Amino acid sequence: MMRLSLPVLTPLAVLGLATMLTWVERRLLGLWQDRYGPNRVGPGGVFQAVADGVKLLFKQDWVPPFADRGVFVLAPAIGMMTVLLSFAVIPFTAMGGIAGGMNVGLLFILAMMGLGVYAVVLAGWASNSKYALLGGMRAAAQMISYEVFMGVSLLGVVMAAGSFSLRDIVAAQGRVWFVIPQCLGFCVFMLAGIAETHRLPFDLPEGENELGAGFHTEYSGLKFGMFFIAEYAGIILVSALVTTLYLGGGLGPVLPAAVWFTLKTCGMVMFFILLRAALPRPRYDQLMALGWKILLPLSLLNVMATGTIMMLRATTP
Amino acid sequence: MHALALLSAGIAFVGAIMVITRRVAVHAVLYLVVTLLAVAMVLALLGAAFAAMLEIIIYAGAIMVLFVFVVMMLNSGQPDAAREGEWLRPRAWAGPGVLAGLLCGELLYAATPFSGHAWPLAPLTARDVGLGLFGHYVLMVELASFLLLAGLISALHIGRNRVEDR
Amino acid sequence: MLDTLRTLFLTFRHAFYRRATVQYPEQQPYLPPRYRGRIILSRDPDGAERCVACNLCAVACPVDCISLQKVEADGRWYPQYFRINFSRCIFCGFCEEACPTYAIQLTPDFEMSEYSRPNLVYEKEDLLISGTGKYPDYSFYHVSGIPIPGKDRGASERERPPVDIHSLLP
Ligand code: SF4
Ligand code: SF4
Repeated sequence: MMRLSLPVLTPLAVLGLATMLTWVERRLLGLWQDRYGPNRVGPGGVFQAVADGVKLLFKQDWVPPFADRGVFVLAPAIGMMTVLLSFAVIPFTAMGGIAGGMNVGLLFILAMMGLGVYAVVLAGWASNSKYALLGGMRAAAQMISYEVFMGVSLLGVVMAAGSFSLRDIVAAQGRVWFVIPQCLGFCVFMLAGIAETHRLPFDLPEGENELGAGFHTEYSGLKFGMFFIAEYAGIILVSALVTTLYLGGGLGPVLPAAVWFTLKTCGMVMFFILLRAALPRPRYDQLMALGWKILLPLSLLNVMATGTIMMLRATTP
Repeated sequence: MHALALLSAGIAFVGAIMVITRRVAVHAVLYLVVTLLAVAMVLALLGAAFAAMLEIIIYAGAIMVLFVFVVMMLNSGQPDAAREGEWLRPRAWAGPGVLAGLLCGELLYAATPFSGHAWPLAPLTARDVGLGLFGHYVLMVELASFLLLAGLISALHIGRNRVEDR
Repeated sequence: MLDTLRTLFLTFRHAFYRRATVQYPEQQPYLPPRYRGRIILSRDPDGAERCVACNLCAVACPVDCISLQKVEADGRWYPQYFRINFSRCIFCGFCEEACPTYAIQLTPDFEMSEYSRPNLVYEKEDLLISGTGKYPDYSFYHVSGIPIPGKDRGASERERPPVDIHSLLP
């Protein structure tokens, strides 16, 4: 029963959570900006997400005549799928998620994120409009660049844990969470994670004040909704990843693992929203310079330092 | 297992054919991505999950995005299509076609004795790959890294902002 | 880097600040008496219409949303119709400033949404109120020199009797 229900329930739960997150984010932004945010639909406005969803469902699902139809329809589906697939390997509890024990789990997530770039790039190209194309190009450059640092920053964790499997990585944090020994990698991973989900402050592919809405300018109705939900699911994914890799996953006293995992993930999601509330968007060249001139050397340094310490530990008993 | 592998191989095959027959360059590249994913699937089924993931991350993820990126910018129109049609005359592809056919036959011959017996192989872990790379094949790795370093430096040189040139 | 962290912290502190939002329909915002909202036409203290159809407001209106037509009845001028198109009005208050009789006044009320645009064209019956508005004691015909039934020439407030041009006395 458990084996069958998890693969069905997890995507549904993730979709539901991502939908709710749109409301949570708006309420939190309101809180931090001295206003309320949506608080009318239902108690405290919880049904705002539902109302928005219904609105999106009933909007005209329009494919522009100048668009490349097949690719245009495919792009949001790719975005949605890659994010949802990534959740398969996240170990929500000690028993692992759907495929929590996969021995290359971390690589699987990186692969899915790599494929996620296609959603944005293809959306930009298939829309056949200038702003969308510009957004798509920015997205491609940004996401490819930040994937590099993300991969390199994760190497530290992988070296310390000695495994690509997320469950092993959690298990390796029994004594001390990886945030402390891997704090450099943690910072780089956080930044790269924001850039990967193209969230504010690194949402240059959308950059609404310059590009209309960037890569999804031409999208409407449910297809836009898919991009939207995929973005929020991406936030949950990155938060869950940070929790798993650096914050000890489900490890913690007293409470069961699932509760700890949820708590930590929620904390990370809130931090993401705080970033959005507080920070302005950098210029595009600043973003790239930050990546290649600061984050890449930092993450390489992190790998080097981790390797050195491990070697010294191994040689001196 | 077997059926899955055959399915993946079939997808890879069809995808490869689609790549060379598509007119829109981006569609061709997309089919190439599908082919790569199918190949990664086959690798994973063979027990080399590590290689499969690397295939997706590096080939399907990074390199193909760059391809799409470049192809997106090239707006090839009617004249280009006509020129390509020129290149596709039998005289041009006969030689490579024969060679590819020979290679294909060789592959089929080599593959037949194994099919059906060698499943499942022992899973190949990241550790094995690492030991192989830095043990047996260390010279190759070093040479490749030299090449990449040279590429990096020349890219830096070309992309450098020369003030005096302005 | 430190600046960024400081920004994050400062923003986080705002979680404990009072919210600036006014929850509008339940919680009415304070509107000062001179707030420029819905326009009304007021009446004299003795109940007659103040507007004398001088057209000054229509001229002053920058968006030309006032339209009226003058008629005369026993020495007084009245607007035959007086129409304000509130879908054009920008609530600038120029009409109020231009009016010599304090007839046209803006009030602190802005809740005038409608589902169809023609409903925003207010006629004289909609505009006219029974009170005097912001100027309770003012009556134009009592201070101006125009004779009306019940008030002869020279009978207005602070007005001297008319000069007898047939007399040579100073
Ligand atoms: S408030 Fe301004 S715009 Fe409105 S009627 Fe008066 S003069 Fe015209
Ligand atoms: S409202 Fe005032 S300004 Fe307008 S026509 Fe009447 S008296 Fe003249």
